[in-house]
Amino acid sequence: MKLITFAGPPSSGKTSVILKLIEAMAIDVSQIGVVKFDCLTSFDNLRYEEKGVRVETGFSGKLCPDHFFVSNIEAAVEWGLKSGFQTLISESAGLCNRCSPYVQGILAVCVIDNLSGVNTPRKIGPMLKMADIVVVTKGDIVSQAEREVFAFNIRQVNTAARIIFVNGITGQGASLLARHLQGARDISSLRDMKLRFTTPAAVCSYCTGEMRIGAEYQMGTMKRMEFKTG
Amino acid sequence: MSAEKYLEMAIAVPLNQILAEHPICRDFFMNLRLQDLDWNLPLMQALDHSDQEAISEFGLDRGMILREFSLFLEAFSRVAADAAAIRSLTIIGGHGKSGEPEITQWTATVGEIISIVGPTGSGKSRLLADIECLADGDTPTGRRIHVDGREVDEGQRFDMEGKLVAQLSQNMNFVMDLTVKEFLEMHAGSRMTRDAEHAIARCFECANELAGEKFALDTKVTQLSGGQSRALMIADTACMSSSPVVLIDEIENAGIDRRQAIKLLAQKEKIVFISTHDPLLALSADKRLVIKNGCISRIIETSEEEKNCLDAIETLDATLLRLRTRLRHGDEISMNTLKGEE
Ligand SMILES: Nc1nc2c(ncn2[C@@H]2O[C@H](COP(=O)(O)OP(=O)(O)O)[C@@H](O)[C@H]2O)c(=O)[nH]1
Ligand SMILES: Nc1ncnc2c1ncn2[C@@H]1O[C@H](COP(=O)(O)OP(=O)(O)O)[C@@H](O)[C@H]1O
Ligand SMILES: [Mg+2]
Ligand SMILES: [Mg+2]
Ligand SMILES: [Zn+2]
Ligand SMILES: [Zn+2]
Repeated sequence: MKLITFAGPPSSGKTSVILKLIEAMAIDVSQIGVVKFDCLTSFDNLRYEEKGVRVETGFSGKLCPDHFFVSNIEAAVEWGLKSGFQTLISESAGLCNRCSPYVQGILAVCVIDNLSGVNTPRKIGPMLKMADIVVVTKGDIVSQAEREVFAFNIRQVNTAARIIFVNGITGQGASLLARHLQGARDISSLRDMKLRFTTPAAVCSYCTGEMRIGAEYQMGTMKRMEFKTG
Repeated sequence: MSAEKYLEMAIAVPLNQILAEHPICRDFFMNLRLQDLDWNLPLMQALDHSDQEAISEFGLDRGMILREFSLFLEAFSRVAADAAAIRSLTIIGGHGKSGEPEITQWTATVGEIISIVGPTGSGKSRLLADIECLADGDTPTGRRIHVDGREVDEGQRFDMEGKLVAQLSQNMNFVMDLTVKEFLEMHAGSRMTRDAEHAIARCFECANELAGEKFALDTKVTQLSGGQSRALMIADTACMSSSPVVLIDEIENAGIDRRQAIKLLAQKEKIVFISTHDPLLALSADKRLVIKNGCISRIIETSEEEKNCLDAIETLDATLLRLRTRLRHGDEISMNTLKGEE
C-alpha cells in the first residue's frame, strides 16, 4: 500500500485537491482510503463519503495535533492494509506553523493557497519546508504576477520541492499531481520510521491543565518574551 | 555553477560580498530570523556569534544552514537563467463532446495571436486548459499538445512546469495590499529582472496607455478599477513575464484599449490565445479557432476584408462607450449622441 501525507493551513484546499486527485488517479474508489486528522470538528468526512471514499476521522482535542498524528498514523496504516487499499491518504489541518506531520521516506504534500498572502510561504515553517510536493491552489482568482511571486517565495523556503498548481474546484492540475504521486513508496508498516521534524516541545504546566496566570503557576518548558522599555 | 561551488563560496567569502552580488540572499536570512549577523564575516563564523536557540527552533544547526544556503544560491541562480523558450505549439486533435473526431493537427508559432470563438459551453476554456497542462490524451477532449513539433517528455514537463504559460481571466483580481509601484517591484524582484527600474517604468507606461482612466504609481492595486486592473495585468504579462505562451479567457467587458493590448502582446515573441466573444478582439488576431460542441471545427485566417472592418467596428465600439458614459453621468441620449455630434 502507498501512503501519502497531506498537510496545510485550514481551508487551503486540501480536501478539494484530494478529491480531484482521486478522480484523476483513475482507479476504483474502493482502492483508496483517507484518514482525516483534525482538532475539534470536521465535516470533510461527508465530502469524502459523498464520492464513495472510505474515511476515518480523528480529533486531537486537547492534544497537539502533531503528537496526535504520530501516535495514530501507525494504526491508520494497519487499518488501510486490512481494508485492502492500494493508496492511503492522510489529511492533517496544520494548525500551528510549527507543525509538520511528515514521516521520512513517506511522500509529503503541503497544500497552500494563493489567497493566504504572498509572504505566507515564508512564515509557514517545517510544514512547507519539509514537503516533497507543494500544491498551490486558488490560482484562478489572483493575478499571474501574484502567482509567480507566491511560487518564488515558496522556492525560497523549499528549494527542492516540486511546485504544482491545482485548481481545487475544476481539478485543473490534478492529473499532473497524480503523475508525481505514482512514485510514492509501497509500505507494509510504519514501525521504526521517523518523523521529519521534532514535534513542538511543550510540556509545561499549562499542557497539564493549569489555567491560572502568573509566574508561580508556570513550570516545565517555558519561553519568555523580552519587552524593551524606554 | 554547481551546488559544490556555491558551498565553497559560502564557506570562504564574507557575507556582505555575497549579498552585494546576490541581493536575493537577504531573504534567506530574513526567513530564518537571522537579521543581526556580522556581515563582514563568512557564514559559519557569523553564525558562531548568533542565537543558537533561535536556529534550533527552525530544526537547523550551523552545518545545515550552510548547506541550505548553498542550495538556495544554486536554486536562484537557476531562476535567473531560465526562460522556457519555445518556437511552436501543436494541437493534435481529440474528439468532441459526442465523441466526433476534430481536426487532425494544427500548429501555432511564436509571434502569432489566435482567438478562440464559439458559444458559451462549447469548450473554449477547455481548450485553454488543455494547452495549459500540455494535455497528453488525459483530458476529456483526448487532445495532445506538442512543443516544437515533439511530444513533451516527463523531464521537460517538469522543467517547464509553471514557466510555460501565463494566464489571464475575468475572475482574476489583485489581492496584495501594495501600491502599483511596490507590486511591480515585487514582481520584478521575483523574476530577478536585471534592469528592474526600466522594466517597471515601461510596464507602468504601457498599462496606462491601455487603461481608460489613468492611475498613479502610488495607487493601491486593490483599488484599481476593473479596466485598470486588466490593463496592468496585460502590461505586466507583456513586459515582465517571461512565459512564452499567454492564455486569455474572456476579458471583454473590462474597458481597456483592446486593439492596443493585442499589439503590445504581439510585439513580445509569444504565442497568445484569446477566448472571446468580442469582435474587436477576435478580428485583431491573426487566426481564429471556431469551437463547436467541444471540437475545433474550423480555423479561419483573418482576411484582409475582415481587417478592413476593424476601423468601422472600433467606431461602433466608441459609440457604445459614449452612450454608456453619458448614461453613467446621468445625461440624456439623442440621435446626436449616437452620431457623436455633441
Ligand atoms: N477559487 C478556488 N477555490 C478553491 C480552490 N480550492 C479550494 N477552494 C475552495 O476553498 C474552500 C476550502 O477548501 P477545502 O478543500 O475544504 O480546504 P481544507 O480545509 O484545506 O480541506 C472551499 O470552499 C473550496 O471550494 C481553488 O483552486 N480555487
Ligand atoms: N471535447 C470535449 N469532450 C468532453 N467535454 C468537453 C469537451 N470540450 C469541452 N468539454 C466540457 O464542456 C464544458 C464547457 O466547456 P467550457 O470550456 O467551459 O466552455 P466555454 O469556455 O466555451 O464556455 C466543460 O465542462 C468542459 O470540460
Ligand atoms: Mg479539509
Ligand atoms: Mg469559458
Ligand atoms: Zn502544532
Ligand atoms: Zn504547555
